[in-house]
Amino acid sequence: MSVVSPAPPLRLKESYLSVSFTIRSWLLSTDHKRIGILYLLSITALFLFGGAAAVAMRVELMTPQADVVRAEVYNRMFTVHGVIMVWFFLIPSIPAVLGNFLIPLMIGARDLAFPKLNLASWYVFMAGAAFTLWAIVRGGVDTGWTFYTPYSSTYSNSYVMLTATGIFITGFSSIFTGLNFIVTIHTMRAPGLQWFRLPLFVWSLYATSLILVLATPVLAISLGLIALERLFGFGIYDPNKGGDPLLFQHLFWFYSHPAVYIMILPGMGVVSETIACFSRKAVFGYKVVAMSSLAIAVLGFLVWGHHMFVSGQSTYAGLVFSLLSFLVAIPSAIKTFNWTATLYKGQITFATPMLYALGFIGLFTIGGLTGLVLASLAVDVHVHDTYFVVAHFHYIMVGGMVMAYLGGIHFWWPKMTGRMYPEGWARFSAILVFVGFNLTFFPQFLLGYLGMPRRYHTYPAEFQVLNVMSTAGASILGVGYLFPLTYLLWSLRYGPRAESNPWNATGLEWQTPSPPPTYNFKETPVVTEGPYHYETGE
Amino acid sequence: MRDQGKAAAVASDLPIPVAHQFDDARQQHEAAAMGMWIFLATEILFFGGLFTGYAVYRAVEPQGFHEASRHLDLLLGTLNTGLLLTSSLTMALAVHSAENGLRRPTIGWLLTTSMLGLGFLAIKGYEYAHKVHEHLWPGPHFVAPPDASRGFEQFFVLYVSMTGLHAIHMAAGLLVMWVMVIILWRSRHVARHSNFVEMFGLYWHFVDIVWIFLFPLLYLIDRS
Repeated sequence: MSVVSPAPPLRLKESYLSVSFTIRSWLLSTDHKRIGILYLLSITALFLFGGAAAVAMRVELMTPQADVVRAEVYNRMFTVHGVIMVWFFLIPSIPAVLGNFLIPLMIGARDLAFPKLNLASWYVFMAGAAFTLWAIVRGGVDTGWTFYTPYSSTYSNSYVMLTATGIFITGFSSIFTGLNFIVTIHTMRAPGLQWFRLPLFVWSLYATSLILVLATPVLAISLGLIALERLFGFGIYDPNKGGDPLLFQHLFWFYSHPAVYIMILPGMGVVSETIACFSRKAVFGYKVVAMSSLAIAVLGFLVWGHHMFVSGQSTYAGLVFSLLSFLVAIPSAIKTFNWTATLYKGQITFATPMLYALGFIGLFTIGGLTGLVLASLAVDVHVHDTYFVVAHFHYIMVGGMVMAYLGGIHFWWPKMTGRMYPEGWARFSAILVFVGFNLTFFPQFLLGYLGMPRRYHTYPAEFQVLNVMSTAGASILGVGYLFPLTYLLWSLRYGPRAESNPWNATGLEWQTPSPPPTYNFKETPVVTEGPYHYETGE
Repeated sequence: MRDQGKAAAVASDLPIPVAHQFDDARQQHEAAAMGMWIFLATEILFFGGLFTGYAVYRAVEPQGFHEASRHLDLLLGTLNTGLLLTSSLTMALAVHSAENGLRRPTIGWLLTTSMLGLGFLAIKGYEYAHKVHEHLWPGPHFVAPPDASRGFEQFFVLYVSMTGLHAIHMAAGLLVMWVMVIILWRSRHVARHSNFVEMFGLYWHFVDIVWIFLFPLLYLIDRS
């Protein structure tokens, strides 16, 4: 590691955390690092809220009959869980927290291209969250997070408009963030930082930003048309007026399938960084891994119809969408194989971020392969709308993205806060999360395959054993999430102070002190080589 | 990538203020232009949902769309097209004036543009009122002619949604334009704001181009 000269000891005043301690200095900050922290606090609170709804559902599902909530309440709970987790946790998670914090550091810039727009994105996000929470407090919404018409446009008697408004507003924060990242990565790289010297985290967020920018407006218009129908009787989705409810599904999934890749690509970026660091090797096939992020982003726009195999879509359209969905597996598999090849003959240490990354690879593989099962036309007819689907996407989003998010938070925690977390506790809870997650969701594959439909609060008695296993797993998973919350907060006061580069990692963000000063780098760094020069050093 | 310290090549004696995150005015301008183009790409997809709906429903019900299109006022639509295209010209002249540091012409051309935009919205409002009066405004009070084909009402749903979304974009543009005029009125150095005027110009032309697609799709179905 000849390149990394230890950063000079920093006077406390210079760190971005200690330039000022007033609330005002946080709420009006245009510093990308502070905005990242604002997002971190907000989405953690929303995650706990969405998680509480999941706990309530799992409690209800312990027994076959209804014993905690009525069907109407149950409908509202899974809708709240979906809406909060998708739009207010997963989509902003890695991009808005780690991306905001790290992209300027990783490319050697002083800030994002549009710092005020960045701050505005947080306020817009909070306004959207406020609308949605208000709708929930008033009685919630029962359409499911997918808002399918004609239920959402004509029949539902819950707070559809309020929730949809919240999601519409939040969409702008996604667009602002994505736009900011694309422009920043294009125009503000440090001297010598060519495209193929960018860390893979930056590549994955570049691909994510393309999706954020191009897909989100379509969600906005499809929700806008629901508003016209509910409020003014426009009937664009209403067959009585010559409309078609399926148009909504097309528009919705044109956004929401690419959105699935918003919820996994950033995680892949984190995994690429941690695997390289903790096996002390350059990522195998760097260029291919970088390009596979773009391939996923592009192909992701062409597969939305696989959500509509049983919606009366033409068989030929179904065939094409099925084929295209299989194609997405290629760049995903490239990543998985290349991470594994990176591990080969590496000097592996099982630090906490590495445990999360390894967990990610395994769980993402299961989630991805079961996705192929669902993309097969005939099989999908059998498992559509069952717990098989629920298990599949939770393996991607929780087993994949949440694991990667936690791994990333641990990996960059010393950089963000200047403190080290307790390694033993962290490893323990990483294992707890892995075990709890599998116990929660693996039984759901079996339940779905046996035919248990999703979104019901009661079920036949023969499904109880698997449901009890799932609920037991969920409680372990819940504890696994509360541990990091506790010891990370603890570390802010009692954790040992972090050096500038505690993991001995490459990457520009490790060459500035922890926590970084507001201006990031004393002198703009000059880059002379690729991002993972692990083999050359030591 | 970065040539630090070079003054920007803009016709002005005073250096353009550069925000702290940028190295120079060139990088700042490059970022602003790219950001604006990406924003316009999001706008294309925003309208894209409606254009998709139009394509689907017109393909399914061509007769209903043909009949309904006859109820639009071709004269007013054409007049509006003329107003909007002229406003794009005056907008381009405003951008040109701002880049050359000419304060009064910039303000003048911006005000002309906003007058043309207002004229467009006034005519649009008149057309809407007329549709409400004829019970051709979609919703509970819609009354289709007795011999109307399927798709007749859907045409008006799309007509109002598409031109309505376009009109909202025009109105937002007018507000920004007036803020810009006030800023320029108070400032001595137009060139400092030429970035702003140029980026707004891109937006205005975009709104114009949307109309260029809307006009034939809605007013000119099977007219030959």
